[in-house]
Amino acid sequence: MPELQGILFYLFAALLLAAGAGVVTMRNPVHCALLLVVAFVAAAVLWLLLGAEFLAIVLVLVYVGAVMVLFLFVVMMLDINFDRLREGFWNYLPVGLVVAAGLGVQMYLVANSGLFDLQAHPNPKSYAAGESNTAELGRILYTDYLLAFEAAAVILLVAIVAAIVLTLRRRKENKSIDPAVQVAVDPAQRVRVLQIEAVKPVESAAGEDAGKPGKQSDGEGGS
Amino acid sequence: MVDAATATLAGWFEPLLGAYASWLAILMVTVAQIVALVLPLLITMALLTYAERRVIGAIQLRIGPNRVGPQGLFQPIADVLKLLLKEIIVPADASRLLFYVAPVISLFAALIAWAVIPFSPGVVLADVNAGLLFVLAATSLGVYGVIIAGWASNSKYALLGCMRSAAQIVSYEIAMGFALVTVLMVSGSLNLSDIVEGQRGTSFLSWYFVPLLPMFLVYFISGVAETNRSPFDVAEGESEIVAGFHVEYSGIAFAVFFVAEYVNMILIAALTATMFLGGWLPPFDFAPFTWLPGIFWLFFKIAFILFVFLWFRATFPRYRYDQIMRLGWKVFIPLTIVWLVIVGLWQLSPLWLWGK
Repeated sequence: MPELQGILFYLFAALLLAAGAGVVTMRNPVHCALLLVVAFVAAAVLWLLLGAEFLAIVLVLVYVGAVMVLFLFVVMMLDINFDRLREGFWNYLPVGLVVAAGLGVQMYLVANSGLFDLQAHPNPKSYAAGESNTAELGRILYTDYLLAFEAAAVILLVAIVAAIVLTLRRRKENKSIDPAVQVAVDPAQRVRVLQIEAVKPVESAAGEDAGKPGKQSDGEGGS
Repeated sequence: MVDAATATLAGWFEPLLGAYASWLAILMVTVAQIVALVLPLLITMALLTYAERRVIGAIQLRIGPNRVGPQGLFQPIADVLKLLLKEIIVPADASRLLFYVAPVISLFAALIAWAVIPFSPGVVLADVNAGLLFVLAATSLGVYGVIIAGWASNSKYALLGCMRSAAQIVSYEIAMGFALVTVLMVSGSLNLSDIVEGQRGTSFLSWYFVPLLPMFLVYFISGVAETNRSPFDVAEGESEIVAGFHVEYSGIAFAVFFVAEYVNMILIAALTATMFLGGWLPPFDFAPFTWLPGIFWLFFKIAFILFVFLWFRATFPRYRYDQIMRLGWKVFIPLTIVWLVIVGLWQLSPLWLWGK
């Protein structure tokens, strides 16, 4: 039903624009970050309407599920006086307007260059219902674009290693113990199980009669 | 059946609404399907809270709730009524809208993944191609309920709890994702129904938990950590931070978090059963076992895994936070990557016996 898709498109496109506007206008940075999440979800729905289910789900999985969570983390932990950040708004406004105008002109020129015309990009070939978007993408990535894909993967790996190396430092005053060492502790080295005799052997101090109970307690202690 | 029902309904509304009748029909049928899925789920969840208290009671040589109804069976209803009648207190300077939205997001994320869970051949709300990816994406949304609740409460304990919980969920998601990648390699499909059918064989030895045993354990333990269940429940460690992210919630708002946690537990159990324990397939593919409809086998498997959840809680002491992080990053993730390579090589060798 094309009509329903059209309604859904306008609904989520409007949501995307509203959320995007909210990201830059809201006062509280946590609200901004949450609106960015809404924008991502709306964009994912738009991709879903275009039939790009893999991209849509991965957008939610990676950006909403992981990247924005870390982003929110940082924003929540910040303790910044946001009123001070907003000082000088009117001083910077002219510069900002010039930059915005420049960006707007650039976007207009690119969008009007004919490269993004409806004629230049006819509707994508529609696939049968059973066709798997994910399998197709995987096939292309691992055959036609293998080199570029691997190069991107290596770059990401280098970035990860670099980030870890840059942040990895051990504080001297930190007295925490490595959990791996703690888990690997052998109880036999830490705890000595002592067999304490419940009854002390009575010294046979007086007479021959004391001999019997003394022997008995010896036997108990030995067992 | 669904298409037929939609067509019949569209036929009824045709004289009233004209061309829009089919929209209404689709809407009604979809809502009916969702209700048919969610209602039993919520009843299961209510019974699970009762089962938890009784099972842990039995393990700890107590009795557990046995006053409301026969053997205390109506205890969950009494609890819900109590929570419904309580006042929801919003803390001073809390972010009101987010405070109310957070439990709803939690519940939404817990319920949405159920759309792609197949109960028996063809019985699934949305039989999508990328079902496995959808499940991963949907479960990764649950962390927002926790984060928003912790932040909106304007409370130190809630914020600490939400930070712990979010870091834990994000960490264990990686191991979970890798474990599911091995399932994907073995089954050759992202569709959950196809994954179950791929495990069909003469006995339970053809289920994926046999070749993927380490992944099965990693997935299940990560699932326990993802749902913030004991022994990974530092997010709500009572002895340190009262109750974690939902410490400021009372009444039915708290109950919604509670429902979300238990629905998530059932979801992890259902996913483990589907992906590693053959879903609706019987343990032996011959006469006495095949008499029982597949959906009951799925329910047995889910019930068993849920029991293991409760068993864990009654048995293990709580992990310390750095130990949780070590287990996730330094044990599970390397293990999954190594097993990924092993499965890949194994599949190329003639020793591979599980199809594809």
